[in-house]
Amino acid sequence: MTENGHASPLVQMENVNKHFGALHVLRDINLTVSRGEVLVVIGPSGGGKSTLCRTINRLETIDAGKIVFDGQVLPDEGKALAKLRSEVGMVFQSFNLFAHKTIRENVTLGPTKVRGTAKDQADKRAMELLERVGIATQADKYPAQLSGGQQQRVAIARALAMDPKMILFDEPTSALDPEMVQEVLDVMIGLARDGMTMMVVTHEMGFARRAANRVVFMADGQIVEENTPDEFFTNAQTDRARDFLSKILTH
Amino acid sequence: MDELIEYGPDLLKGFLVNLQLSAICTVLALVLGTILVAMRVSPIPVLRAAGTTVVNVIRNTPLTLLLAFSALGLSDTLGLTFSDEPYDNAFWLVVMAMSIYAATFVCEALRSGINTVPMGQAEAARAVGLTFMQTLRLIILPQAFRAVIAPLGSVVIALIKNTTVAQAGGLLADAAFVMYDTFDTTGVSIPIFIGLVIAFMAVTLPIGWFTGWLAKRLAVAR
Ligand SMILES: Nc1ncnc2c1ncn2[C@@H]1O[C@H](COP(=O)(O)OP(=O)(O)OP(=O)(O)O)[C@@H](O)[C@H]1O
Ligand SMILES: [Mg+2]
Repeated sequence: MTENGHASPLVQMENVNKHFGALHVLRDINLTVSRGEVLVVIGPSGGGKSTLCRTINRLETIDAGKIVFDGQVLPDEGKALAKLRSEVGMVFQSFNLFAHKTIRENVTLGPTKVRGTAKDQADKRAMELLERVGIATQADKYPAQLSGGQQQRVAIARALAMDPKMILFDEPTSALDPEMVQEVLDVMIGLARDGMTMMVVTHEMGFARRAANRVVFMADGQIVEENTPDEFFTNAQTDRARDFLSKILTH
Repeated sequence: MDELIEYGPDLLKGFLVNLQLSAICTVLALVLGTILVAMRVSPIPVLRAAGTTVVNVIRNTPLTLLLAFSALGLSDTLGLTFSDEPYDNAFWLVVMAMSIYAATFVCEALRSGINTVPMGQAEAARAVGLTFMQTLRLIILPQAFRAVIAPLGSVVIALIKNTTVAQAGGLLADAAFVMYDTFDTTGVSIPIFIGLVIAFMAVTLPIGWFTGWLAKRLAVAR
């Protein structure tokens, strides 16, 4: 889990810029994510954290700069882009499980339709993954029948089913009732231990301290500061970060 | 009452033509309507424009004009024939006009269904690596269909009733045509009239009930 386990980084962003109309949401972002690294992105609302995350699997396009994933510049569209996306898992704040499919089908859809995995094999793997996130007994239910925490764990299993090289988490616990936050964080901590490369937008300091290798503080579309979790939370270098931390620490 | 019994067999034969038209056109309209809506939401501008144009033109043209165009314009002037048998030819010209007409309504119903599917569903599908077509086919359209089963039922009911104007284009011996024909020879008969109304209601009412029931049963819980 230490940095630089491999020679080449998994993600390389160089001078990435992005606008929404007149709004400059990503400003000259330079960021690398190493293989096996767990990166926490933190910062005030509207700072561009989600956008940053979403550019990596190209759910958002960029205006300028370059993003290299696993040695390859992100493809523009088509089959190549679909393939890239299949290698980058994504877990959303609002879970986004396929509402008309059962839990099991949610997990097997990607492998069978994108990878062409045989159904019984995909089923078997889905059950293993659901077991791992503690939802195996709910496999035949529909998403709406599960609690938020359970749905989010299924979403993690769905991402894992593709054997991704990396998983992006965009505020995975923000939509959850407080008592369900930990069950999701526990699964994520387990993934981090197993060496999954993760980029996690979250304000959960406990998770950052336990699982992250690095914290990136983002505001106004810029990376303002980056450091190890301990350093960042106890000894932030910039006024913006200190100001932000004082606000989230009070509640 | 006697007329109804006397002309009953002819009327029944005519009514079967209505049912046959309805069944074929329903299937074709659902298929065509799905293709049209796929065009309308596709990322390719040319397809989107073509879909929008077809839908807006056809949907806003009176059905009788479409039928006339299909019989006179396409068949007589442009020489489009489906069969050497005049009856079959007329039948398929009517099918074509009525299917595409109903398809535009299917398309618009589906489009409003697509609008009920949250953005996150498509995003999650794309994030897993599904292509645009897979996302549409496996995630968006199944949810959209379930959201608009009842409106689709209304489209089918309208289609069934509209088969009675089919004769305008193709001189098919459908029930309404047989009815006018008997009225010409024997004078207006209330029993025949009511008999036909009941026959149509016997088909359309259950469709309304069934689609209403199905809509509830298949509703996607969120
Ligand atoms: N699709 C969009 N169209 C226009 N503006 C957008 C869009 N998505 C995001 N924005 C804007 O871009 C800015 C950055 O948004 P982003 O969601 O990346 O911030 P964030 O750091 O994730 O914030 P939060 O903590 O609230 O999730 C915000 O001002 C937001 O309103
Ligand atoms: Mg966000």
